[in-house]
Amino acid sequence: MKPVTSIQVKRRRPLEKLMYALIYFFSIAILAMVVYFIVYILWNGLPMLTWSFLSTAPNPLEDTIGILPAIINTLYIIALSILISVPLGVGGAIYLNEYAKNKRVIRVIEYTTETLAGIPSIIFGVFGYIFFCTFLNLKVSLLSGALTLTLMVLPTIIRTMQEALKSVPKSYREGAAGLGTTKWHTIRTILLPSAMPGLITSIILAVGRIVGESAALILVSGGSAIYMPRGNLGQQLMGSGATLSVELYRYAYSRGLNDVGFGIAAVLLIIVLILNMITRFISYRLAKKNER
Amino acid sequence: MKEKRSPGNVSYSSISGRGNNKAIIEVVMNIIFFICGILAVVSVAVISLYMIFSGGPAIFKIGITDFLFGSVWNPDDSQFGILPMILASIIATVIAVLIALPIGVLVAVFLSHIAPKKLASIVRPMVDLLAGIPSVVYGLLGAILIVPMIFKIQEALSMPTSGCLLSAIIVLVIMILPTIINVSETALRAVPKSYYEASTGLGGSQIQGIFKVVVPAAKSGIVAGMVLGTGRAIGETMAVMMVAGNAVIFPELLKPVRLLTVSIPFEWAYSSGLHREALFGIGLVLFVFIMIINFAINRILKGGKEKS
Repeated sequence: MKPVTSIQVKRRRPLEKLMYALIYFFSIAILAMVVYFIVYILWNGLPMLTWSFLSTAPNPLEDTIGILPAIINTLYIIALSILISVPLGVGGAIYLNEYAKNKRVIRVIEYTTETLAGIPSIIFGVFGYIFFCTFLNLKVSLLSGALTLTLMVLPTIIRTMQEALKSVPKSYREGAAGLGTTKWHTIRTILLPSAMPGLITSIILAVGRIVGESAALILVSGGSAIYMPRGNLGQQLMGSGATLSVELYRYAYSRGLNDVGFGIAAVLLIIVLILNMITRFISYRLAKKNER
Repeated sequence: MKEKRSPGNVSYSSISGRGNNKAIIEVVMNIIFFICGILAVVSVAVISLYMIFSGGPAIFKIGITDFLFGSVWNPDDSQFGILPMILASIIATVIAVLIALPIGVLVAVFLSHIAPKKLASIVRPMVDLLAGIPSVVYGLLGAILIVPMIFKIQEALSMPTSGCLLSAIIVLVIMILPTIINVSETALRAVPKSYYEASTGLGGSQIQGIFKVVVPAAKSGIVAGMVLGTGRAIGETMAVMMVAGNAVIFPELLKPVRLLTVSIPFEWAYSSGLHREALFGIGLVLFVFIMIINFAINRILKGGKEKS
């Protein structure tokens, strides 16, 4: 006679086996897919990355292609957006965390920050065109692009900085207050230095978003990087130009030059990989520090 | 230095008046931080106003019903019906979310409860990386890897080959997976360990504990992830544009489609007058969709918080 099910006999559950199989399958599949994407992009893109590709402007007469103008435009837009958005975002986070007392006000600000984060980039593009390019008469320019991107990365910076400020122990603030310092002095000398890793993380996240942005920039910064930016710095920033992502789109989609597209994709991927590694390193260091 | 020497000098209304400077700085900083704080509120308000005032006129000039429910988009002939695009956007988004949701939740379960620590620490950065890849790169990959595969299906069915709804859906699934995985994983981790332990303590298996106890408890977070993914999918532009064929016809799985977002950059360069205004109108429609989705996320998360 067969024994009645006892706790010592494992019940067989075929459905559970199936669930495990699905879970492992999809998880490994995603892993494999990402690895495949990386290898595929680098395999097709790295051979394109010659010195002349990276260091010259496109020359239609000699039929050579270079992405230097796009690299310069990208750097301009990153620098400008970060310079504007980081102080504003950090200030916003400080207000939410240190100054605001009214729960209602905090809720409204947090809700609108979430809303801002949820608006797709193409809408920022349309808005940026109407507001910065037309209304403020900044024309289709790198400056308009940087201002539009400032709005796009603001929620990321506010949220990351808020987390960082929250993780600063309350005793720091109390200790400072006990010594009779003013609030601004506490923020400047104690809170901001303690929240430094958060600040760096927020900058890196913002840079990642800026480097990858294309839809909005096509509308507000223009779609070509054939020439080097000309004139003095002000004229360069007021000129139109494409960043790397926009150039990728232009070559691969509008002109059907997929190999150039992969060359730029490889550059973008390397940038994204480096940024990812830096944030990982920072959070790893923080976790280690908290363990101690 | 001066501040350090006189730490007792906190009362701003000191009779010696030495604190005045500091008090002024304090007030100024307070105002500056307040301005930074409400910047997000101001931005959202200004964006809303500008979207309405720039998109509204075109919609009224064309006629609300002709615009929203017209089935012909032919700017040269002043016909601006966006129904095919609205349908294409909704169908692509809904199908993409329906495919990505179960996959995303399974991977989130893997990361939060099943994977050995080592394996999880390999998969998680990969998911983050997937979220960080620019959308034009997805467009390029889709155009090179996915579209040719679909050409073969179209050839087999003796249809004209082109980018189509199916390729757009596949690209969208890949792009929203990281969002769904990350939000779901956070939600699953937020469920108290005791829930799962109670289930296994009663003799439930690991799978039962996860899918009958932990997942239902994390429901509101998972739904929020789903809605967030919906928002990303409906707003995605460049990647979809590079694989979808972009013809304005009613959506069919293997025929080219034009999503709502795509029209804006696609026709931007050569649009003017009413045509440009109609593109603003499309922006407004999209903006309304996004605002509804945002509102939904807020309600879901708030509801989840109140319960717990």
